[in-house]
Amino acid sequence: MNAVISQLPPLLIVIPLLGALAALLLGKWNRAFAYPISLAMIGFQFAVSLVLMESVMDGDVIHYYLGGWPPPLGIELVIDSFNSFVLVVILALALLTAVWAHKGADLDIVPEKKVSFFVVFQLLITGLCGMAVTGDLFNLYVFLEISSIAAYTLVAAGRNPRSLIAGFNYLILGSIAAGFIVIGIGYLYIATGTLNMGELAVMLPAHYGQTTVYAAFLFMMIGFSIKVAFFPLHLWLPDAYTEAPAAVTILIATATSKVTAYAMLRVIFSVFTLQYVTDSFPVTELILIIAAIAIIAGAVLAIAQDNLKRMLAYSSISQMGYIMFALGVANQAALAGGILHIMAHAVMKGCLFMVAGMIIYRTGFTAIRQLSGLSRRMPVACAAFAIAGASMIGVPPTIGFMSKYYLVLGAVEAGEYLAAAVLLAGSLLAAVYIWQVIEVMYFGDIHDEDLGGGLEAPASMMVPVIILAASCLLLGIFVELPLEVVGPAAAMLLGGG
Amino acid sequence: MIPGILPLLAITIPLAAAALILATGRHMNLRDSVTLGAAASMVIVVLAMLPEILAGGRIGITLIPLLPGGDLALRVDALGMIFGIVASVLWLLNSLYSIGYMRALNEHDQTRFYFCFAIAIAAAIGIAFSANLVTLYVFYEILTLITYPLVVHVGTPEAMQAGRKYLAYLLGGGICLLAATILTYTLTGTTEFIPGGFLAGAGAAALSLQVIFLLYLGGFVKAAWMPFHAWLPAAMVAPTPVSAFLHAVAVVTAGVFGVVRVAGWVYGVDLMADLNLGVLLAVIASFTIITASLFALAQDNLKRRLAYSTVAQLSYILLGVSMLSTAGLIGAVIHIPFHAFQKIALFFCAGAVIVGAGRENISDMKGIGRKMPVTAVMCAAAAAGICGLPPFCGLVSKVYLTIGAVQAGELALLGVIIVSAVLNVAYFFPIIHTMIIARPSDDRALDTVTEAPLIMLVPIILAVTASVAFFFFPATPFLDLAEIAISDMSGAGMP
Repeated sequence: MNAVISQLPPLLIVIPLLGALAALLLGKWNRAFAYPISLAMIGFQFAVSLVLMESVMDGDVIHYYLGGWPPPLGIELVIDSFNSFVLVVILALALLTAVWAHKGADLDIVPEKKVSFFVVFQLLITGLCGMAVTGDLFNLYVFLEISSIAAYTLVAAGRNPRSLIAGFNYLILGSIAAGFIVIGIGYLYIATGTLNMGELAVMLPAHYGQTTVYAAFLFMMIGFSIKVAFFPLHLWLPDAYTEAPAAVTILIATATSKVTAYAMLRVIFSVFTLQYVTDSFPVTELILIIAAIAIIAGAVLAIAQDNLKRMLAYSSISQMGYIMFALGVANQAALAGGILHIMAHAVMKGCLFMVAGMIIYRTGFTAIRQLSGLSRRMPVACAAFAIAGASMIGVPPTIGFMSKYYLVLGAVEAGEYLAAAVLLAGSLLAAVYIWQVIEVMYFGDIHDEDLGGGLEAPASMMVPVIILAASCLLLGIFVELPLEVVGPAAAMLLGGG
Repeated sequence: MIPGILPLLAITIPLAAAALILATGRHMNLRDSVTLGAAASMVIVVLAMLPEILAGGRIGITLIPLLPGGDLALRVDALGMIFGIVASVLWLLNSLYSIGYMRALNEHDQTRFYFCFAIAIAAAIGIAFSANLVTLYVFYEILTLITYPLVVHVGTPEAMQAGRKYLAYLLGGGICLLAATILTYTLTGTTEFIPGGFLAGAGAAALSLQVIFLLYLGGFVKAAWMPFHAWLPAAMVAPTPVSAFLHAVAVVTAGVFGVVRVAGWVYGVDLMADLNLGVLLAVIASFTIITASLFALAQDNLKRRLAYSTVAQLSYILLGVSMLSTAGLIGAVIHIPFHAFQKIALFFCAGAVIVGAGRENISDMKGIGRKMPVTAVMCAAAAAGICGLPPFCGLVSKVYLTIGAVQAGELALLGVIIVSAVLNVAYFFPIIHTMIIARPSDDRALDTVTEAPLIMLVPIILAVTASVAFFFFPATPFLDLAEIAISDMSGAGMP
């Protein structure tokens, strides 16, 4: 392993943390400094994540001991195919969101607060990077809390007073979840005396039958289920997504939810291992059932919404069901589909929320029925919405179709025909909630003539949207590229790595 | 030349045309020339492949690896060629006609219309030339979505309602097709079309193969078999060129094409017979033929009557497949192009009446032939063709189907064909009578009526001429292609 590359994992966290401090201090001096520094830091992280993914693609794993202390004494950072993939995905999305937010933040953030907004924004991303790279369970909890507290703050940062209530609601439920997770981690420590994930995976099998371990598992599962908004523990999500500043909604819906899902999969497969959840404590069947309910319930609730952002929020609950579905089936094809869906959903939901934000930016419209005839005023944005929407439905050859295909394939291979049928039915329901928007946008009449035409958003918002919409298509057509990483990642998780 | 470049070109030409149509949308004449130019060059590209296919060859190309069990791959064979010729030639006719129709009625959003049309044709060609189930499914879904804006083109609440119905049926069908594809892949590890089928060796239980076939049938709801036909009459709110596109060029054709493909290249005739799937298809097809013909009798709106006629005629193709005999299968396969040429002429006539007289109901068309002689005569000719009268190609496929029924020893099927022939006459001849023989209700009734513009009449005449030509020369090329296709797929021992 190249000496420079092996030093990169801690730099991924440390340099942006220092950068955030610099942005804050320089921003106090002159507001114009904060945004470029934040953007540069996220760009740096994205570049690092690409280098890391490239270097572990052939199956290598990078281990880094903080301060040179090997576990169990010290904290270990681990880079493998799974988390390097997640890092690239969320950092790409974070970078595009940051570009989008250059103009998009004006929508909800008063100018005096923009410095602190971008600093917290960057702290959130850094917390997420920490969650992704750490090989230590307690360290995972610490980074989870860093990113969560940043997220609570950001949700509440909007001008809209309701964002404060949504943020507070999110804070309460998120803290309860954090409590559950830390209790679970404590139990594992009691049982084994270590917090290193790799060591836990080796030592836990001897303790599989213990009540302490069962309790640890349940506490952590419930905690993570709240954090990822796994139905029916999703209650914080619709308000948070709807009322948060537009840029924050995009970041939370794409990066935060995906890293949390990553952490959940990591804990289940790399700490408890597949054998535990299928043999010792068979919960996969239960997870599959709840996931199926989540897919349907989220989609049905989405259909009932009139507010565009809230509709997309319920759609996220449904889509999180897809990722949990992979966990419930737990075979190679399904897990590859689930990991692929982490990327697919980030890309398409990012695009949809960006368009929703651009519509508010230009017209102030939040309700779906107000969007009548919008395609004539914002043709590019609406076309992007249509493409990302098609991906959400799972129309080939979009990326949303590819992940759905693997999920169904996995379910069929596992003999879970009913679950496969539910998943397919879910995509029909997705067609309903996406289509009711597209119908209005493209075939409705323009109601308020005085708004005029030519409302396309500025280029700095448009470019990320176009990139994401194009990615929905290109990543689907050239799905071999992500699969080169996703396939081994799924195999590694199943092997308990 | 790189082998396989031609099928790829056949798909990329309309796609490139779609991009050009968007780019030239402001200049009407330029935009419409793009459509015509693309359609003409596509006909040339497709026909350029004909000699090799007629010689028994296949042209294949693998584009990109897409999914386990199915790369995105094209392979042109005789069956695909039939659909390919139908889609490309009729697109050319339809484009000429559309330009006349859309300009005469001064329709809105014409750029969107031609853009969607071009992509839809690319999807149809993709279906025709797909080498495996995954590729077929990909293009099938694209075809569903891209035709939606065409169906709801007028944008009225009624059209939106019809559009929702259209999407619900066809996307629901798509889900069934996807499920069937995945199940087929898990059973066999492949989805590649193989003449004679590949499911027989999978060692799967008969019941599961039957269930999968039902899923396929559900998937090919584009074939509008009853009771899942309601989307097709509802889609009649679309502009007439779109109706022609749905009924003749691509959409329903894709449905029946899919059934033939799955029956012959996934299941195989022997397996179909073993699983009693022929009986199932025969029941569905017979029921659809008789019921849809009765429904057609009751319609006063010309386009709706034609829609039910399509539902019935498509089931002739399913009926031919259900016989699982050589003649039946050949009849089924050649009925695809022959019906398409005749039905497109009928829809063009219905559109010509809308443009020339502004009328849609048959009861309002009394004596209209006095002012629109070309349209009325061509309409009569095409109707006679669908009824199976000489000298039109509809007779050829019906003769094969009749022979097939006799060969299969199924007198019940013969009965269906005869009853249906009577019903065909019963719902088509009143149209001819009303248009040509009946007197106008009063002297002033025809004052506003004029013949449709020449650019619309030319495609009508060409389509009718073609159906006459196919009667005299059925072998060029459709019957020859059908025979190659059937000999490809049929194992030994088929009656």
